[in-house]
Parts: sequence; structure tokens; C-alpha cells
Amino acid sequence: MAVSISRVRDTSDFQVPAPVKRGLPSERILTGLVISIVVILSILPMLRLVQEILAPGGRLSIAAVEAGLSNPATWTATLNSLVVGFGGTILAVLFGTAVAILVSLTDVRGRSAFVLCFVTPLMIAPQVTALAWLQLFGPASPLLKLLGIAPPLGTRNPLYSAQGIILLLAVQYGPLVFLMVRAGLRKLPRELVEAGLAGGAGRWTVLRTIVLPLMTPSIIGASALVFVSCVGNFGIPAFLGIPANYLVLPTLIYQRLAGAGPSVLSEVAFLSLLIGAIAMAGIVAQDIISRRRDYRISTTSLPVEPFELGRYRPLAETIMWLIVCAILVLPLLGLFLTSLVPGYGIPLNLKTATLSNYSFVLFDHAAAKSAFLNSSVLSVTAAVFAVLVAVPLGYFIAWRMTWWTKILNLTVELPYALPGVVLAIAALLLFLKPIPVINLQIYNTVWIILYAYLARFMVLALRPTVSGFHQIDRSLEEAAQVAGAGFMMRLRTIIFPLIAPVAVAGGLLIFMTALSELTVSALLWSSGSETIGVVIFSFEQGGDSSYAAAISMMTVALTFLLMLASNFLAPHLPNGVLPWRD
Amino acid sequence: MAGLTIDQVSKRFGDYDALSNVSIDVADGEFLAVLGPSGCGKTTLLRMVAGFEKVTDGRIVIGGQTMSSAEHSLPPEKRKVGIVFQNYALWPHMTVAENVGYSLKVAKVGRAERDRRVAEALSLVNLNSYGDRRPANLSGGQRQRVALARCLVSAPSLVLFDEPLANLDVHLRAAMEDEFADFHKRTGTTIVYITHDQAEAMALADRIAVMDKGKLAQLAPPRELYREPANEMVASFISQGIILPADVLTAAEAGHCRVRVLGQEVVVRCRPNERPRTGAKLCCRSPELEAVGPNEDGIAVAIKRVVYQGGRARVELSPVARPDLNLHIEQADPVTLEAGVEARVRIKTGWLIPEAGSAA
Repeated sequence: MAVSISRVRDTSDFQVPAPVKRGLPSERILTGLVISIVVILSILPMLRLVQEILAPGGRLSIAAVEAGLSNPATWTATLNSLVVGFGGTILAVLFGTAVAILVSLTDVRGRSAFVLCFVTPLMIAPQVTALAWLQLFGPASPLLKLLGIAPPLGTRNPLYSAQGIILLLAVQYGPLVFLMVRAGLRKLPRELVEAGLAGGAGRWTVLRTIVLPLMTPSIIGASALVFVSCVGNFGIPAFLGIPANYLVLPTLIYQRLAGAGPSVLSEVAFLSLLIGAIAMAGIVAQDIISRRRDYRISTTSLPVEPFELGRYRPLAETIMWLIVCAILVLPLLGLFLTSLVPGYGIPLNLKTATLSNYSFVLFDHAAAKSAFLNSSVLSVTAAVFAVLVAVPLGYFIAWRMTWWTKILNLTVELPYALPGVVLAIAALLLFLKPIPVINLQIYNTVWIILYAYLARFMVLALRPTVSGFHQIDRSLEEAAQVAGAGFMMRLRTIIFPLIAPVAVAGGLLIFMTALSELTVSALLWSSGSETIGVVIFSFEQGGDSSYAAAISMMTVALTFLLMLASNFLAPHLPNGVLPWRD
Repeated sequence: MAGLTIDQVSKRFGDYDALSNVSIDVADGEFLAVLGPSGCGKTTLLRMVAGFEKVTDGRIVIGGQTMSSAEHSLPPEKRKVGIVFQNYALWPHMTVAENVGYSLKVAKVGRAERDRRVAEALSLVNLNSYGDRRPANLSGGQRQRVALARCLVSAPSLVLFDEPLANLDVHLRAAMEDEFADFHKRTGTTIVYITHDQAEAMALADRIAVMDKGKLAQLAPPRELYREPANEMVASFISQGIILPADVLTAAEAGHCRVRVLGQEVVVRCRPNERPRTGAKLCCRSPELEAVGPNEDGIAVAIKRVVYQGGRARVELSPVARPDLNLHIEQADPVTLEAGVEARVRIKTGWLIPEAGSAA
């Protein structure tokens, strides 16, 4: 096509543009920064771990692997891990799925309140759950004593067993299954159920032949996630298994490290990789199973009309609230009563009840005092940092889909998908010696815990942020671009304000998770860098259950307060960001 | 003010050719509509002009300045074009005035000057008193007008419209069409308007670029597009033209030639360089066909379907000799034709589609 006359004329009244600025645009600097953070937090520790096992000290050797394989304790712990892993998963899946179906498909009342209560155990740290249940059933249980049905002192607590661990894992992770299956049920188009009913099938037949098969992806996905959480859980087997000498891989690692120190690092690195491998096997199995059949739901429609329970409704509702009593109210009551007991075995009544446990841990005990400070600073820092990184990172992952953003996303998932013990060992290996070049020693300081928290919890802020970005129309940014705004300007005036509520909610989740975290800090703490989780654990191990209960009660109260406060954010959030909001 | 030259532009995504070798010259102040079925590459073209996509080959020149080439691409924020998005893309966390004033704020225009220009832009779209509202509290048409105000506040030399009426209901569309036409007349801005709606394109544009499968099928004023389509795609796409096989019997003379179509000899319009040939294609519009009596000159047809449309009916039929061809005519009340019977139809005239590859 010929050059138009208009173009020639245009040139005269159009200024010659200034040459485009060369140099590093802010966007490229930020991309580089975000990628380096991900590499340092996610890729580096994993590489270091693999190196330690294959080539400790820089030379290729399988000595560590052989030593690990030949130790019978390894096999016992592996077997135990598999037993509680499978046991906990099966129980949690049955429990969570049944409750999800009851709540989602029937006309029971008080749903939001129930969901809030049912999901709360998920927000409470596993070791606090363990402690609460121990206080409920043990011979020193103030509640049982009040009722006059406590077993005699010296009787073994029935929870100190594999069955006890499995039960508590199911209580802890049942809500996780519940949330995933409920999300699936909400997407189930009502036509599919109505077509089945119109075809003459009864309610139970429809449930068995249509609803449950279509929920397979949710259930399998939840199973894999719960399995990984169960084999990686440290708090519950630490509180319930160690007294019974029933060791799983995470507690075996803890005992070896606590007993022999860094000299056994190579050996425990192998153990941690073993857990990692078991966890990965669970995820791979899920992938294989869910590919075998097509369960995709093609239409979108209104959710299924709730099934009228009729005269069974009061019964169903009673069961629902009994469940809440069993998994939330009673354990917390047990915990609370224990926190008021002046000493082990002393019966609790209005005269003996005391708040001295609280004042002791708050004001008198040095380690506890510093633990409050450490944990608060650690969780606030981790949350703020994660939010600041998650916004640009989520932006690249959601809106700049290229091959490397997908890898970036997977990489950030890794330290959270793998059991916490794996990351803790990797961090130990990475920082046992001072960091080269700058010669900075962070081993035995609170900084190594911060590093591990950042690596592990980043994904908790990233996931909601990415899904938030997917819900924001990309043209909002493009409109700003057309208006002449450069990348940093857009980030500040358009992107950040739009994504902030979601990212902050993610940060809140991180804060709540990190505040009473135990798995990572149990392996990384040192004198002066105790965390709340560690202090609860050491009080309980030393027999001071009342102090442990007092601290636990305070973290639980704080968790509740934060859950309440988060309601202010809720109107600005996509569904599912705050798990306890129905 | 600035013209736009799209010079042999191609775009490949992987091994998929989204656009191949598209050249369009838009004169300064012209209103160009880009029309095509979905997936034809029209949105890709707009995004390349705006700078959101890089060109694989070719150049895009705005106002004499090369914006995109295979080697270099000026980012969107430096192009000084305006866009009105299909979904308005108003920032929900800002008021209407803040939305409109954003580009001025970016350009560091002073507060007083900014307020004055925002007020001016808002009054141009009749939204004077809406400055403090949030976009969420506006109707669809009001949001579209805010988007328009936001776009014109910085007086861009080129404005791109990306299917701006697709999300509005029918009666609002007509009103907004008027508003766009008015906007063009008042500002004299060069406009590129993407749409899949022919009526919209015909009503607004000086010229229409019809796109098909990543190629430019025809670039012409609306009337020419309808009366003299350059190829089969445009002929059938615009107003559902009827394509019939024909043999050209005489060379063009004064813009007409004689052809044989379905056994009938007809004088049709054609390009001046036509020579006798076989295997040609004729484009007929339904008013160019008429139903005739049983003994009159015409083609025997079978009526397949009659759709009454109020005051007239659309009659779909096929020649008895060629049941694979689909024709349609319109019959005004009283509708006498009915499905399943045979009738006769006469072709009055048509447009001889030029041979592929022949020069205009």
C-alpha cells in the first residue's frame, strides 16, 4: 500500500519524539528481584539438601543413604509414618466428606455458624490441639475430675498411642477435606441431580451414583493434601507419640538432632528426604488416579437445591453441634481448665482456680517472655514480607503467563507442599556455616527461623493473590498503561489497591499460622530465639502442662480475635480466601 | 491529530498466524471500522496498534512516528493513543473524576488545570454532576460515557474502540452510536473502531476493513462493500450475500457484462477489466431476486422454509437443478409462498465477484 498523503502532512505538526530512555526499566529490576527471592527461598535449600545426600562434603557418596537404610529405627519410623499417614487420611476424608455432604446438600439450619466452628481446628496449631485433647482425657484432666470420672493418677492417657495420633490428625485435617469437598459440591450443577431424580432414582441412589462420583476429584485432591499434612505433621506425634515411644519420621529426626546435634545432619537429611519422597508419592498417586476418568463438569448452573430432611432435621442438627462440641468446645474447655490449675493433679474448684499460670508465662519466665516477642516479630515480618513479594509475584504469574512463570509458581509451592521438617533440615544445612562472601552467621539466631518461615509460608499469601489477579480484569491495568502510567506507577495506583484486600488476607493467614508454629522452629531454635510453639512444647515435655495450657489459650484467643477482625476484609475478598467464612 | 499506517503487519503466536501481511492506511481524522467474525484477528490488530502485542513483521506508524516494528516496540504508555474498552475498564477504587483525571495526574498536570479539564471532559459526555460517584453506582451507558471522557481528556490523536457496544442492550446501543458519531464530528480524532456488528460499522465508519482469518479481505466505504464485494468471503459475510456460479459471456462495457447463471442470461455489474471466463461467482442481494409467475422467464426453485418476520417473510429456497445452493428472497405481505412447493425466481442483476488475484 502506498504511503498516504496524510502521513506526510502529519510529520510536520508532530514533534520529533525524544529517544526512548535506555537503561534498566523498573519492571525488569522488579522481575529480577522477585525471581532472586524465589530462588533463594525455594530452590537453594532444596538443592542444598539433595547435595548433602548425594555428595556430602562435596564428594559423591552414598554413605549417608546406606547408614540410613541400615538403621532399623529408620524402618520403624517409616512404617509408623505410613500407618498414621494412611490412618489419619482415611479417617479425615470419611469425616470431612460426610460433614460436607450433610451441610451442603441438606436443609440444616445455622450453616455459617457451624462452618465457622467446624473449620476453626484448622486454624489452631496441631500441638495446641494435641495439648487440649491430652488435657481432656488424661488422669489429671480437670474436666473429668470436675465430673468425677477421671481415671486414677498414674493411668496412661489413652491418646498416647497410634490410634490417638490418627484420631487427632483426623480432627485437625477433617476440616480441610470438608472445605475442598464443599467447594466441589457448590459447583455441582443442580440439573445433574435433578436429572437423576427425574430418572426415578432415590436420594441415596443419586448420592451414591451421581454426587459422590462427581466429587471424586475433590475427594482425591483432598486426600493427597491431607496425606502430605499427616506424614509431615510434627506437633501431634510429638505430643502423643514421643511419650509412648511411638516415633514417626519427623519426631525421629527431632530426637536425633536434639540428642546428637549437627553431627548427624547428613543422616537426618536422608530421613527428611524420605518423608519428602513419601509426600511426593501421595501427590503423584493423586495425579494418576484423577487422570483415569473424566469427571469434568461442563456446565455452570445454580447449586443443588437442599434436600429436605423433614423430621430428621433436628437430629441432624444435634449431631452437627455435638461434633462441634467434641472437636472444638470440649478440648478448648479442657485446655482452659488446665490453664487455671495451680499444679499437677490438684483438683480444680473455685478456690483453687488461679490466673498465676498466665502471669508466670507472661512476666516471670524469661524464655516464654522472649518467645512472645520472637513469635510476634517473626510472624509479622513473614506476613508483611510475603505480601510485598506476593503482589508483584502474583502479577507475573497470573498476568504474564509464560513458561517461566509456571515454574516460578511451582517453585514457591514446593517448600509448603513438602513437610516442614524437610525445609528445616535444608535451612540448617544451608546456614550451618556462615554465609560466604558476607560472612554472616545466622545459624543459632532467630534469623534462620525467619528464613524458613518466609520460604514455607510465602505460598499462603501467593495463592489468594494469584486467584485475586485472575478475578481482576486485565484491561484495568491496560487502561492505565494507555493513560501513560509506567510500571511502578501502575503497581502503586492501580494494581496494589485492587489486590490489597486479598493479599492482606493472605498475610493474615500467614500471621496466624506462623504465630504458634512448631515443626520448623523445633529444629531451628536456639537459646534466645525460642518461639511460642517451642515453649509450649518444652513446658509440656517438662510436665508443666498448666503453663503450656496458659500460653496455648492465649494463642487460641488471639486466633479468634484475628478471625473476627478479618470480617472487615471479607466484603472485598473472593470466595474461599478466608477458609472459615462460608 | 495523526493518521495511522499499518504496513504489512504479521503476527504469529507459536506456529499460528494470527495476522498475515495486513496493510491499512487510516487518514488523519478518518473513522475506520474493523469488521470481522470472531477469531479473525481484529482484536489482535487493535492490541498491536495500542502496543500490548508486538508485531512479528511489518511496521505500525502513528502520526509519522514508527511505533512498532519487528525490532522495536514503543510501550503502550508512550504511544499517546486512547482506548475505549469493551468492558469499560473503569477503576473501581477511584471516583469518576479520579478515573477521568488519571492520565493528567500521570502526566503531572497541576491540580487546578486538571480539575478544569476533567470537568470539561465530563460535561462533553453530559456527566457534569457525576464526578464524585463510584463506577459501581453507574449504569452501563454512564460507565461507557465515563470511559469515553477518560479517553478524550488527554486529547489523544488516535482513539481505539474495542467493541464498545457489545455489553450494552439494544436501545442503549443506538444512543451510544449517536454519541460516538458526535464525538468524532466534534473532535476530528482519527478513530479505529473494532466490531463484529455490521450495522454498527456501516452506520459509523467512513471506511470498513473486513478481516478474515488474519487477512484483510477488503477495505472500502460501506456502500462499496455492499455493492461491490472484492471476494466471496466479503460477499457472503456482508448482509448474507447469495453466491451463485456463473460464466462470463461478454467483456465489461460501461461497468456491466452479460453472464449465464443457473441457465439464465443476466446483465450484471462488474469491474471494467472483466473478460469472458468460466467458473466465475456472482453475488446477489435478496432484493435482486424476485418471484415470478409459472410461465415467466426464471429458474425453477423448491421452497424450503418461510419465516414470517412481520409485514414480510424471508423465503429460503434452492434451485431444483442445484439443490446444494441456498438462496433467499423477501416477500412482502400478503405472503403467498409456502414451504414444500415449487416456484420460479428471476435474477434481476448482481455483482460479478472479481477473479482472485486480479487488480482492483
